[in-house]
Amino acid sequence: MSKYIVSVIQNIGHRVIESIWRLGVGSRFFLLVLLKSGTSLRRFNLVIRELYFTGVLSLIIIVVSGLFVGMVLGLQGYETLQKYGSESAVGTLVALSLVRELGPVVAALLFASRAGSAITAEIGLMKATEQLAAMGLMAVDPVARVVAPRFWAGVISMPLLAAIFSVMGVLGGYLVTVVFIGVDQGTYWSQMQSAVDFRFDILNGFIKSCFFGVAIAAIAVFEGYDAPPTAEGVSGATTRTVVTSSLAILGLDFILTAFMFRGVS
Amino acid sequence: MSSENLIEINDLNFSYSTRAILKGIHMTMPRGKVISIMGGSGSGKTTLLRLISGEIRPSAGYVKFSGDVVHELSRDKLFKLRRKMGMLFQFGALFTDLSVFDNVAFQMREHTDLPESMIRDLVLMKLDAVGLRGAHHLMPNELSGGMARRVALARSIALDPSLIMYDEPFTGLDPISLSVIGNLIRRLTDTLGMTSIVVTHDVQKSLKIVDYVYFIADGVIAAEGTPKEVMESTAPFVHQFIHGEEDGPVPFHYSGQSYRQDLDLGDTRV
Ligand SMILES: Nc1ncnc2c1ncn2[C@@H]1O[C@H](COP(=O)(O)OP(=O)(O)O)[C@@H](O)[C@H]1O
Ligand SMILES: [Mg+2]
Repeated sequence: MSKYIVSVIQNIGHRVIESIWRLGVGSRFFLLVLLKSGTSLRRFNLVIRELYFTGVLSLIIIVVSGLFVGMVLGLQGYETLQKYGSESAVGTLVALSLVRELGPVVAALLFASRAGSAITAEIGLMKATEQLAAMGLMAVDPVARVVAPRFWAGVISMPLLAAIFSVMGVLGGYLVTVVFIGVDQGTYWSQMQSAVDFRFDILNGFIKSCFFGVAIAAIAVFEGYDAPPTAEGVSGATTRTVVTSSLAILGLDFILTAFMFRGVS
Repeated sequence: MSSENLIEINDLNFSYSTRAILKGIHMTMPRGKVISIMGGSGSGKTTLLRLISGEIRPSAGYVKFSGDVVHELSRDKLFKLRRKMGMLFQFGALFTDLSVFDNVAFQMREHTDLPESMIRDLVLMKLDAVGLRGAHHLMPNELSGGMARRVALARSIALDPSLIMYDEPFTGLDPISLSVIGNLIRRLTDTLGMTSIVVTHDVQKSLKIVDYVYFIADGVIAAEGTPKEVMESTAPFVHQFIHGEEDGPVPFHYSGQSYRQDLDLGDTRV
């Protein structure tokens, strides 16, 4: 029995040490990617190419999800607000929830599972099929040529996708409350306009999504580059990208929210 | 003398942590020749290629590439040197996100300032040399194994290297593709004046196209010679390898505890 307990404790210890070690290796890799980003900036068409794969191909899921989240917000918000006779505030509710929280967070979660996992799988497979080694032997640095452009494409797409998500959500809310339920259209927009602050709400939401973009892209490229060069290795790395970046998004969101909105009204 | 030899390997030693893989290898590779390295799986052939390209460092001895000791070069110099080396990986290692054309053009675009029109001519020329000019628009996943390897070959000669290393180029090919690749290796070496190193298990095919053969076993050169010498060799090791005999100096049985012990027939040692 005591042997069992000891082995459990040992196991936990191993895992903790392992994760901290990985965090260290990951951070070093992150710095390496930043250092080797010169090529991506000089040859920006490399990044643009990846923007298509990470950003443009994620558009559909972002647009559709944004629309539905906005519709649900409108519906739920209207149900509750109308009890207090303040259904005119539904536009404000939809917009603030989206711009401050749901836009950046949900878009980031979707982005991590759609684009983050794809980046990991692609880099991992390139490693497993010796493409990265071949590139190194051609005197081309794979971190500069393959990893950095994908990282920057992820960083750039994330805030744009979050913004698109919020816009679609606001339209979804409009569709449900104004078009279907019949809230006054002028009220919906004017309440929203007066309540949403550019600096506090929109800018803060934008900053959040930038942080999420860096976190997802860094995790995705690291997991791919670090994946054991086998089929199981790559599939494990893909899963880890989704799990780790989802946790990172939620953790970061809490920290950022605490800093940004503490003491606001 | 060293101007005749592209590569000189002297007393090369290498170990992975504590396990010695290569224990004192000597080789010379004259320019313009096809040299074959043979040996069982795990005998350190790929390791030797990685030492030549400077990917890993020897624990003793050196590899000289046209007069320079590879592991003493600075990173910049090493990268410059690698532009003179081509490497054909076992399964081609084509860049899956680029078309056949872009794969072959890759190094030209990365390392030269050639105008796109000239790159186009060069790429089509290289593809023509491997008989795949018509396939330039395909993606790697649309190619058969033999075609992929020919494209990889075209890619590795893109910058007219002075050395090409082939790591098991015949593995997993049908007999026709195998002949095609074999003859291409010979023809490209002769027409482009390169030096080729072919790592292979395929004794029969490679003996027809190579100039010189080294056998590696237990970390040292077990035998060497021209194909003719090798074919006629009576050395037991070479004989076993060439004729694919099961048992000989390379034992069929992996050493371990005795059969009797494994079968639980008591611990009497045989
Ligand atoms: N990265 C590595 N770490 C530890 N051992 C390795 C590594 N790569 C290869 N080896 C070992 O070194 C030996 C030689 O490998 P290799 O050169 O690939 O053999 P070959 O190409 O002749 O089949 C093998 O026993 C292999 O297990
Ligand atoms: Mg090998």
